[in-house]
Amino acid sequence: MSSFENTVYSRNKIHPQKFALLVSCASVVMLFAALTSAYVVRQAAGNWLEFPMPVLFLYSTLTLVVSSFTLYFSYKGFLAGNVKTYKYLLLLTFVLGILFIYLQYKGWMALVAMGVELGTNPSGSFLYVLSGLHAAHILGGLAAVFVAILHAFILPYEVSAKRKLRFEMTQIYWHFVDVLWIYLIVFLWLQQQS
Amino acid sequence: MANVLTAAPHSEEDVLIEQMGYDDHFHEHHDGDKFQSNFITTYIFSQDHKMIAKQFLITGMFWGVIGGLMSLVFRLQLGFPEESMAWLKPVLGKWIEINAETGMGALSPDFYYALVTMHGTILVFFVLTAGLSGTFSNLLIPLQLGARDMASPLLNMMSYWFFFLAGLIMFISLFLNTGPFSGGWTAYPPLSALPQASSGSGAGMTLWLISLVFFVVSVLLGGINYITTVLNLRTKGMNMWRMPLTIWAFFVTAILGLLSFPVLASAFFLVMCDRGLGTSFFLNEIFIGGQALDHVGGSPVLYQHLFWFLGHPEVYIIILPAMGIVSEVLAVHSRKPVFGYKAMVFSILAIGFLSFIVWAHHMFMSGVNPFISNFFVVFTLIIAVPSAVKVFNWIATLFGGNIRFTAASLFGIGFVSMFISGGLTGIFLGNSAIDIQMHDTYFVVAHFHIVMGVAAFFGMFAGVYHWFPKMYGRFMNETLGKLHFWGTMVGAYLIFWPMHYIGMAGVPRRYYRFDTFQSFSQFDDMNKFITIAAIITFGFQLILVINFFYSIWYGKKVTEKNPWGATTLEWTTEVDPGHGNWAGKLPVVHRWAYDYAKDGQEFISQITPLKEGETETH
Ligand code: HEM
Ligand SMILES: [Cu+2]
Repeated sequence: MSSFENTVYSRNKIHPQKFALLVSCASVVMLFAALTSAYVVRQAAGNWLEFPMPVLFLYSTLTLVVSSFTLYFSYKGFLAGNVKTYKYLLLLTFVLGILFIYLQYKGWMALVAMGVELGTNPSGSFLYVLSGLHAAHILGGLAAVFVAILHAFILPYEVSAKRKLRFEMTQIYWHFVDVLWIYLIVFLWLQQQS
Repeated sequence: MANVLTAAPHSEEDVLIEQMGYDDHFHEHHDGDKFQSNFITTYIFSQDHKMIAKQFLITGMFWGVIGGLMSLVFRLQLGFPEESMAWLKPVLGKWIEINAETGMGALSPDFYYALVTMHGTILVFFVLTAGLSGTFSNLLIPLQLGARDMASPLLNMMSYWFFFLAGLIMFISLFLNTGPFSGGWTAYPPLSALPQASSGSGAGMTLWLISLVFFVVSVLLGGINYITTVLNLRTKGMNMWRMPLTIWAFFVTAILGLLSFPVLASAFFLVMCDRGLGTSFFLNEIFIGGQALDHVGGSPVLYQHLFWFLGHPEVYIIILPAMGIVSEVLAVHSRKPVFGYKAMVFSILAIGFLSFIVWAHHMFMSGVNPFISNFFVVFTLIIAVPSAVKVFNWIATLFGGNIRFTAASLFGIGFVSMFISGGLTGIFLGNSAIDIQMHDTYFVVAHFHIVMGVAAFFGMFAGVYHWFPKMYGRFMNETLGKLHFWGTMVGAYLIFWPMHYIGMAGVPRRYYRFDTFQSFSQFDDMNKFITIAAIITFGFQLILVINFFYSIWYGKKVTEKNPWGATTLEWTTEVDPGHGNWAGKLPVVHRWAYDYAKDGQEFISQITPLKEGETETH
């Protein structure tokens, strides 16, 4: 496959693999767009249980936002030759990602404690489904960050085109799932106000 | 494989590529060839787009035969309810119920519905989506754009294998004790969302869901690749306005798939939650056997919205590739430039866009607000405009052409006929007032079989006959091809034309028997006629299967690179292109794809530079 990478593709402004990643992000957007519009349609039909959002979801959101920054500065460190920043911020990103999942889990537990279980009412079911599917996408991102960590700690440090591409793709995906969650939480919050 | 180049005598095209081609030093990197180093990597886990195309095609043919046979079985029951089907007992086993007194065998009603459901699912998804767009997008996107392969050969291979897995799981579901899913290809809840709703709703539906989720993954992997390849890997000079219409069609198809299949996935996900996790997205106050279930608050119409948001684009995912293929085949075989190239492209784009905002025309009778229906009526009828533009352009392309009536071009012309007939009935259905009478009758069955089923098959057949020489280096038998065409053309109209009348009289679709309705007994003979026509037409498809496999090994060999005298790039490769498609440099493109009958020349290849003072036509 590498022969393709070195040859025809070099004429492109954006690397085809990066482009393909953006295209796949578009399909993930459609997945969540469908679910959130189903949410709106269903909510309008009535029989909709109202409940306050556990504050844990606020903490998890902050965690995820911070992790995007740590990943970004890790990338900066990678480019600038700051090997320590590069490695440890990458590790920190991973830890924050895990923390996010943990906080989401605690958030679900808080919902259950409130009496909002998966099958109680569609309003709760939607929340579980949206955050659950999103968490699955975070797990994919964590796998990518994990591979990046392996590269950082095992491979000798170098800024080659290939490694830059890999890192950038990890970054694109991670920021994408981050923004996706911000969209979801803002959406849920706005819907609860209405 | 580069040695092929030196062996063959140099044609004009070789010289052009050698002198003006784009040197990407591809063949200096021999790691590219590791794909084809042994049997497994060449024929099974191949990453070469040409082989993957063949895999999609042959798998699609397999499913086409299975799905077609299924329809014959349920048509036999429908057309001849008074004849015994006991002779099918050795194949269908317990699904043939023998009446103890009379000894009459009849298809069990549960299995009748299972067959109808499987027929629809298989034909729509496995044959006309994977088998059509999977085959030709894979074959033609790299070849017609002058690329070595897809952007990601690995994802491309995975796309096929996810499709294969989806098929395998669906196949297994056919042998379940409770039978495969039987609630219709649209899988509406509650039949799909309650495992206890019918015998196919349990394990059958579980496997159906898993199979289709894998299928969605396959479509997405393929689509990501097609879009990326079209936008990034066109050879030098191949700007978007020089792309053949096939590529435009595949490109827009891939975008439609990428945007609509995730929505289907979301609907499936919610169905799974309703089935397994006790949620009530789509279920509301249901009684089964006098018992109330605890599901409350769900909305089955919500599922219909999600499903048809995919479902309508899906029908265009099926027909657009066929349209692209037909445009190309008609231009080549009438030796004329395609009429209104830009109008064709804009029509494809318009159809693609509009297909996202008409989905509720499938739900006029589902209790959606009649006021909202008006909105969908208007957009539905607007789709007729770009569709009519395309039909006009195909006819204008044929008009006054030097038409070669090959099997490929005959199927192209047949496609236009089918698309007109089926499109016109769409305009009836698109009016919500008329749809009150027509909805869920055989009129709808006639509409979509002609416009989608038969027309898309015709596009596929045109493509198979036209590009077979590129795929296998041999020709298919033309006489058998023409026989296949006439049998199918006449047969398809004989099957589906009468259904319009039955439907207008109000005969509902998806009924196992009509003997309780006195007024429908007048259609008994017509139903018999349709069944017989279907059996004969199916027989004509076997001619294609035989011709196809015979020709792979014994067909007439292709001796020149460009047997049809076409302008596009796939005909500048070796007769049997190796990995990387072009033995030496990549061709560079100088003109659009339809320079036929220009300046006294029969055709001018896309790689021929413009002559002095010559302007590029569009
Ligand atoms: C002029 C363009 C078209 C219009 C206005 C149109 C309109 C409609 C309408 C209103 C229905 C719903 C009928 C009902 O259930 O009562 C329908 C059904 C259908 N149409 Fe079309 N159609 C058009 C073209 C097409 C094309 C090009 C395809 C496919 C290639 C297609 C495939 C289908 C299918 C598969 C169904 C039935 C699905 C089902 O209920 O199982 N239609 N069409
Ligand atoms: Cu439609």
